[in-house]
Amino acid sequence: MKWYSKTYIGVFLAFLYLPIMILIIFSFNDTKGRTFTGFTTKWFVQLFSDAAVMDALWTTIVVALVSSVIATVMGTAAAFGLEKMDAKLKSVVMNLTYVPIINPEIITGVSFMLLFVTAKKWFATMGIDFQFGWTTLILAHITFNVPYIILNVLPKLRQLDHSLVEAAMDLGCNPLQAFLKVTIHEIRPGIMAGFLMALTFSMDDFVVSYFTTGAKHQTLSVMIYAMTKKRVSPEINALSTMIFIAVLAVLVIVNLLERRNEKKLKQVSLKGKDGAAQ
Amino acid sequence: MIHKKSLKNIAAMSLVMIMGVLLFISPLTAAAETNYKAKNVQKYDEQYYSRFKGKDIEINVYNWGEYISTGEDGMMDTNAEFEKLTGIKVNYSNYETNEGMYAKLKSGANSYDVIFPSDYMVSRLIQEKMIQPLNYDNIPNFKYIGKEFLNPEYDPENQYSVPYMWGRVCIIYNEKLIGHKISSINELWNPEYADKILMFKNSRDAFALALEKLGYSINTENKKELEQAAEVLKQQKPLVQAYVMDQIFDKMQGNEAAIAPYYIGDYYVMKKVNPDLKVYIPDNTNIYYDAVCIPSDANNKEAAEMYINFLNEPQVAADNAKFIMYSSPNTEAVKLLDDEIRNDKDLYPPVEDLKHTQAFVNLSEKTNLFVDQLWTDVLSQDDAYLDWVMPAFVVFSIVVILTNSIRKKRRREIGNGGEKK
Repeated sequence: MKWYSKTYIGVFLAFLYLPIMILIIFSFNDTKGRTFTGFTTKWFVQLFSDAAVMDALWTTIVVALVSSVIATVMGTAAAFGLEKMDAKLKSVVMNLTYVPIINPEIITGVSFMLLFVTAKKWFATMGIDFQFGWTTLILAHITFNVPYIILNVLPKLRQLDHSLVEAAMDLGCNPLQAFLKVTIHEIRPGIMAGFLMALTFSMDDFVVSYFTTGAKHQTLSVMIYAMTKKRVSPEINALSTMIFIAVLAVLVIVNLLERRNEKKLKQVSLKGKDGAAQ
Repeated sequence: MIHKKSLKNIAAMSLVMIMGVLLFISPLTAAAETNYKAKNVQKYDEQYYSRFKGKDIEINVYNWGEYISTGEDGMMDTNAEFEKLTGIKVNYSNYETNEGMYAKLKSGANSYDVIFPSDYMVSRLIQEKMIQPLNYDNIPNFKYIGKEFLNPEYDPENQYSVPYMWGRVCIIYNEKLIGHKISSINELWNPEYADKILMFKNSRDAFALALEKLGYSINTENKKELEQAAEVLKQQKPLVQAYVMDQIFDKMQGNEAAIAPYYIGDYYVMKKVNPDLKVYIPDNTNIYYDAVCIPSDANNKEAAEMYINFLNEPQVAADNAKFIMYSSPNTEAVKLLDDEIRNDKDLYPPVEDLKHTQAFVNLSEKTNLFVDQLWTDVLSQDDAYLDWVMPAFVVFSIVVILTNSIRKKRRREIGNGGEKK
C-alpha cells in the first residue's frame, strides 16, 4: 500500500471508531464528567440494577426481533408475488415499496400515531381497550422493515435459475418440496441480509418509536433522548460498550466460520477437479 | 455443503446471542445485593400503603429523564421502593421537554397517571382541562410542603398540583478563565468572552434572559418588547460558542466555555468536578417549579395519589433532591439533607431573596407562535461564509459535470472517427 492510501484508511478508521473508543473509555470513568478521574466498573453494576434501563433494553430487543422476523416472512412472500406480477403492476407496487424508505421518518411516525389514535377510538366504541404499546411499536417497525427485505430478496429471485426448480420436480419433488429445498435455499443469503438490515434499523429507530410507543414501555433510543435535558447517564455508556462488544463478537465469529467453510469448499472442489482429471 | 455452512452460521450466531444474554444476566444477581439498603429504616404508614396490595394495579409515570433517584450511590431506587411497599407496578417512561410531554398527552395516544410538568405548563394543562383536581385526603404528606410554595400563581389553590422540585436560573462562570467575579447579567453579552459563552437552546429560557437584561417581564406578550429581546439575542449570537442543554455539563467542567446560564441545581453537579466554577444569581431571575399532576384520563387516580404521597415521604423526597440536586419544597426532606447543601444560600435562599424573582406563566397561543418565529430567526442568522459556499459548490459541480460530458463526447467522436477511417 502506498503511504497516502495508508493514511487515508487510518483517518477513515479513526473517524469511524474514535468516538466509540472514547465512549468505551468513559464507561469506565469514575465521575459523570468528560474528564477521566479514575477507573471503575460501577456503571456496569448499576446498569443491571436500573430497572428502567433494563426494561428499555428488553423492549428494544424484543421489538427488533419480533418485527424483523415477521417482516422477513412478509417481505419474502411479497417478493415472490412481485416476481410473478406483470411489469406495469410491478412497477406501481415497487414504487409503493419505496415510500416507507424515502418518506421522512417524522411523517411516518406522526401518521402512525394518528392512525393508531383513530384505531384506539374506534376500538373504544366497540368496548375494546386498545392501548399503545407492544402492538403499535411492532406494527410500525414491521412497516418500515418490510421494504428492506423485499429489496434484498428480489435481486436474488431474479438470479434464481428456474430450471433448477424444474429439475428438482423432475427428480421427484412435489412443488412444496422444490420450493423449500431449492428456491428458499438459493435465495437464503438475500433473506438473511434483509433480516439483519431490518434488525439493525429497528434497533436504531428513534423517531417512529417516539410516536408509537406506549406508556408502559419505551425503547432505548427514546429513553436516551429524554435524558438530554439533564445529562446522559454513564450507565448508557456502559450499555453501549456491551452492545458494541457483543456485535463485534458476532461479526468476528461469523467471519471466522465463513472463512473456514470457504477453505473447506475450495479443498472439496479441488479434489473434485482432481477426480475429474483422473 | 452450503446448506450445512449456513446452518452452522445460524447456530454460531444464536450461541453468541445466548452468551450475550448470559453476559447481561450474570451481573444481575450481583446487582441485587447493591440495592438500596435502608440506612435508617423507613417508617411508612403501612396501613395506608397496603390498600392496593395484591390487586394487580399498574400506574404509568411520565417524568423528565434523570429526574428521579434510581439507586445510585446508595440512594433509594424510588420506583422499586414504591413497588415493594405498595404492590403497585410502576411503568416509568421519560420526556425531554414540557412541550414534548404536552404533545404526547394531547395526542391521546397514551394515558398516564402521573406527570411532572413545569409551572407554566401546569397552568396550560389546567386551562385545557387536561389534568384533574387532587384529592388531598389521599395525600397526607402534602403537609410537609413549605408555606412559601403553597398556592402558587400557576395553580392558585393547589387544586391540581403538588410541587416536586424548584430552583432558579443562574449564571455559572469559570472564575479562573474570566479572572473576576460576575455581578451582572450583561456579562453574557460581554465581547471579551466571545466564543466562551454558552446559551440556552430553548426559546422560553433564552428569551427570559434577554427580557431580564432589558428589564421587562419575562412573561410579556408585548410584540415590541419581544422583538427587542430577539434583537438582543441576535447581538449576542456572534459571541456565543454554542446553544446547549445538557452539553453544558461537559463544556463547563472541561474549561471549554467560561460563562453560561443554567439551572442552579445543575451548578452543584458541575462544581463537584470543576471547583473553579462560581455562580451569580440575578435578582429578577426566573424561578421555576416542577410539579406533580394527574392527567384527566388517568386510569388509577387513587394509586397515582398514593405515588404522589410517597414522593413526599421525607426520606424519599430527600433522596430525590440529593440525586437531582434541585431544591426540594418539602421542609421535612430538607432537614434530612447534608448541612452543606441545606445551609447553602443559593439552593435554599431566605424567602426575602425571592422577592424579585419571576415565574413563568402560560402565554397565549399567539405569543408562543410569535416567540417561536423570532427564535427561529435568531438561530437561522447564517454565518457569512455559508452565503457563498453553497452557490460556489453548485457552480463547481456543474462545471465538473459539463467538462466530463464534453470530454466523453469528444472521445466518442474520436472513436467514431477512427472507425470510419
